[in-house]
Amino acid sequence: MSRVPPADRPIVQVLDVHKAFGEAEVLKGISFDVRRGEVVCIIGPSGSGKSTLIRCINALVPVTSGTIRVDGIEVVDPKIDKLALRRKVGMVFQQYNLFPHKTALENVMMAPIHVLGQDKREVEVRARALLAKVRLAGKEAAYPGEMSGGQQQRVAIARSLAMRPEVMLFDEVTAALDPETVKEVLVTIRELAEEGMTCLLVTHEMNFAREVADHVYFTDRGVIVEHGPPETLFSSAVDPRTRRFLSQVL
Amino acid sequence: MDAVPNWFRGLYETTGYNFTVFYDPYDWDRYVNGLKTTLLLAVTTILASIVIGAVGALLQGGPSRFLRGLVNGFVVVFCNTPPLVQIFFFYFGLGTLLPATQTADGLRVPLLDNVQWAIVALALFAGAFNVEIFRSGIEAVPRTTVEAAESLGYTRLKAYLYVVLPLALRVCLPALNNNLINLLKTTTLAYAIAVPETLYAVKQIWSESQNVLEMMIVLLATYAVLVGVLVWLMHRWERALRIPGYSR
Amino acid sequence: MTPLPSTAGDLPVLLPFRVSRTRARFTLGPVRAWLLGAWLAGLVLVMPALAQGPDAVLSPLQVILRWAPLLLTGFAFNVAISLVAMLLGTGAGVGLGLALVSEGPILRRVAWGLTQFFRNVPWLVLLFFVMFLVPFQVTVFGLRVPLPDWIKATVGFALPVMANVAEIVRGAVRSVPATQWEAAESLAFTRRQTLFRIILPQCLKRMLPPWMNVYALIAMATVQASIVGVTEMLTLTAQVHAAEGGRPELFAPLYGFALLCFFLYCYPIDRLTARLERRFETA
Repeated sequence: MSRVPPADRPIVQVLDVHKAFGEAEVLKGISFDVRRGEVVCIIGPSGSGKSTLIRCINALVPVTSGTIRVDGIEVVDPKIDKLALRRKVGMVFQQYNLFPHKTALENVMMAPIHVLGQDKREVEVRARALLAKVRLAGKEAAYPGEMSGGQQQRVAIARSLAMRPEVMLFDEVTAALDPETVKEVLVTIRELAEEGMTCLLVTHEMNFAREVADHVYFTDRGVIVEHGPPETLFSSAVDPRTRRFLSQVL
Repeated sequence: MDAVPNWFRGLYETTGYNFTVFYDPYDWDRYVNGLKTTLLLAVTTILASIVIGAVGALLQGGPSRFLRGLVNGFVVVFCNTPPLVQIFFFYFGLGTLLPATQTADGLRVPLLDNVQWAIVALALFAGAFNVEIFRSGIEAVPRTTVEAAESLGYTRLKAYLYVVLPLALRVCLPALNNNLINLLKTTTLAYAIAVPETLYAVKQIWSESQNVLEMMIVLLATYAVLVGVLVWLMHRWERALRIPGYSR
Repeated sequence: MTPLPSTAGDLPVLLPFRVSRTRARFTLGPVRAWLLGAWLAGLVLVMPALAQGPDAVLSPLQVILRWAPLLLTGFAFNVAISLVAMLLGTGAGVGLGLALVSEGPILRRVAWGLTQFFRNVPWLVLLFFVMFLVPFQVTVFGLRVPLPDWIKATVGFALPVMANVAEIVRGAVRSVPATQWEAAESLAFTRRQTLFRIILPQCLKRMLPPWMNVYALIAMATVQASIVGVTEMLTLTAQVHAAEGGRPELFAPLYGFALLCFFLYCYPIDRLTARLERRFETA
């Protein structure tokens, strides 16, 4: 695969993160690194804390203890400049991603104009290019309610890319789609990865993980049980929990 | 344009149906002033109640427990008590307790006159219902949509202004419009504190001219038209703000 | 505009909208509501006490306590009017509602016109209409039947109830899925049988919360009868005020007492409606 090899210094550092919602502890000490340009997949049964973990990295959910660093920004610092963080980190969600009262083009243009204060015409040019990149040229004037799920997710990816992030987070973005549309979204993500974008995906798409990921982490009940390159993890997993999960999904 | 008054005068002479409003300038003036007062009441209370509803909904979702309890108490009380009694309570009860000035003859001039008290009472009444409607609209915006806005760098306030409020408004518009139409109808209660709105003016006319049936027809037709116009305006507004693909 | 694509696998655009009632979520339960009512009552009674002069005859609290029995009988009369109006209006409204969903276009149009008319005209205007245009007595088969004011007022209130109930019936019938009609038709039910045996029984649950809502509105609207001269609680309140010398500081407590009575009556109805709404939503 012709891809930019990952650099050495990690761009995302997660160190011993704990997160509890009231009495229930959802993350029980997660630690891992993501290097620049790497594609990392997090897999695991539901309830293992994957979505919470991703939201902690983007400061949508505060951690109970531990450290998270994104390109030098201390995410867990309560006085963090959230705008600076969110310029570096883009996120795509499973559902209700887009703003239904705006067209696809407006969705992509909104944040750079309102949040970054950039010039409208420049942003429009860039937005059209991004929509073309995710293969939605011609759909600029469509509203989210008029598009299929796969199209909506691709607009959501284009919208996050409009902020020029350095890391992209994907939270089970294909889980709510039907099989035909899943493929078009995965192709888009794969192209992003091949261009060198650092991607962190929570996913159930094992084939995608096997083909595209540099590293796969298996989480269960709030801890990382096992991790490794996909070739190793999928074929010769060590931990019995991993093997049980893989045997159910593969 | 003497044709219209003449025709109605003719109608009175031939059939006995006495539509004084249309040929007597004094009655006509009273009727038109009544209409103007109704429109004044309607417009001011609609606007004020929308503001009260928006502010109340905002406070209801805020961090301060005291403010939340205050707004809840306000909503609960104003939604479950008769608006007429509320008007009386404000105009007679509070009006006499508040400080007042005096005219040169020593007559007591209250701080707010009856029209203003009517506006206050009606705006609070409709505002209480609007708080619930706006809050339901805000809640119809999914958390992920708000999270998506935040992850794009929108602050909470900006996300509220650009994403949550526009969506909440579009979603709750039918219920809001229903409430505003009810508010237009409720302005007739101001009659009870001698506010010279349409019902009051028409009653004065029929008391003097003894043409209850005719004036009643005029009154019913007037309100049918007023409400009809408002309903039409609201439909236009709803159509303009419709979200394509939402109500499948 | 391009046709909407198939819905399979599509992401929904927005959550469905339902007017959630404040109290159901913010735990202002009946106990707290009565406490709130008592607090408001205290406030209303204390305020004028602060404005009282030194030669006051009876304190507001004493006035209320003295006249409460009379005012409460007035309130009972309001409740009675509301119940009768609700009864009459519901009966007529169901008939009108069935006409709204009937197949005959003329009947439907006429019913629609009537419903719109009685829904769009303010209730107070309807009250005036009935009070002034219906004679004070009618002669039926040689018998002179007097129509006292309160009967006319009750009919005046029954008219908007009829229109609202008709709308509720129409909405409920239309909310039953078309598949029910198709299934009944394929079983050779006539339209009338389908309506009465299959559709309406399903509608009853759906109609209950909005119907109770209409009742709460009517119960609160009965005070408007005082404007047209019917002796009910508000009229009695004004008379009590005059009997106590017409002191301005008594206005707030007396009207506050009326507010309290209605609050304590309507709020539990409202909570019950909210609870039924939630239960029927999830059913």
